[in-house]
Amino acid sequence: MSLWRYANPAEFMRVSGPVLPVLWGLTAACLLCGLGWGFFLTPDDYQQGAAVKILFIHVPAALMAINAWLMMLVASLVWFVRRHHVSALAARAAAPVGATMTVIALLTGAIWGQPMWGTWWAWDPRLTAFFVLFLFYVGYIALWEAVDEPDKAADLTAFLCLVGSVFALLSRYAVFFWARGLHQGPSLSLDSRENVADAFYWPLLLSIAGFVLLFVSLVLVRTRTEVRLRRLRALQEAAARA
Amino acid sequence: MMPDLDRYAATVLGAYAVTMALLALLVGASWWRAVRVKRRLAAVEARQGRRDGTA
Repeated sequence: MSLWRYANPAEFMRVSGPVLPVLWGLTAACLLCGLGWGFFLTPDDYQQGAAVKILFIHVPAALMAINAWLMMLVASLVWFVRRHHVSALAARAAAPVGATMTVIALLTGAIWGQPMWGTWWAWDPRLTAFFVLFLFYVGYIALWEAVDEPDKAADLTAFLCLVGSVFALLSRYAVFFWARGLHQGPSLSLDSRENVADAFYWPLLLSIAGFVLLFVSLVLVRTRTEVRLRRLRALQEAAARA
Repeated sequence: MMPDLDRYAATVLGAYAVTMALLALLVGASWWRAVRVKRRLAAVEARQGRRDGTA
């Protein structure tokens, strides 16, 4: 059984439909448990006080902002190589979700930064790379809307996605190879000494799982809408020609 | 029971409010568009008598 059979729009719709209610249920459970645990049951941080509770929304949103672009990159590469329309439509469907995650990360970062750093914004390497990533999201969405011919739009946006991937990776790794700015290092690491304190670790993991599931659910819903829109346009064009 | 957020109450509640509002907007807009497009496609397919499993 090949993975590529899901590139068939009818097969994709048949499989994704029944999966969605389960995904939404898991999303709600993880978000409620993760954010509820993080907000109500974790202690204050010895340096940041109660402001540390922003961790449970800021980190998952930032993580998804980067990974949404990487998912779009994979889908774009599949489009380039295999010309499967569902992959191009999935990349298009993911862009507004990734853009929203980027806005959430930027806004919660600014709100968190004000009392911690004494400023809403700094041209710090990671913050700047994140802002440029947001501009790439806006450009990507605008390009899809601007080009009428769907295959040409998919080609152009896939190329833009390849270029933007540099900034997606920069926003993740900027702190390692540029002079350190205001932004701290990663909150989660394979090295347990670099991780957040144990009291924050599990609720943070649950929140991240909730955001990942929310992203997958939204991308599936939006891709199904794009597939339907594509068929709707095809039927309308066929009717106009007849 | 509401935790004591001390002098960071506005900061923390503001960050959560912004996040929830943006996520609600995103989910709501996605659902609304999904329902609208599904209805339009079903209407066109019914009119033309064609189905391929995507509706």
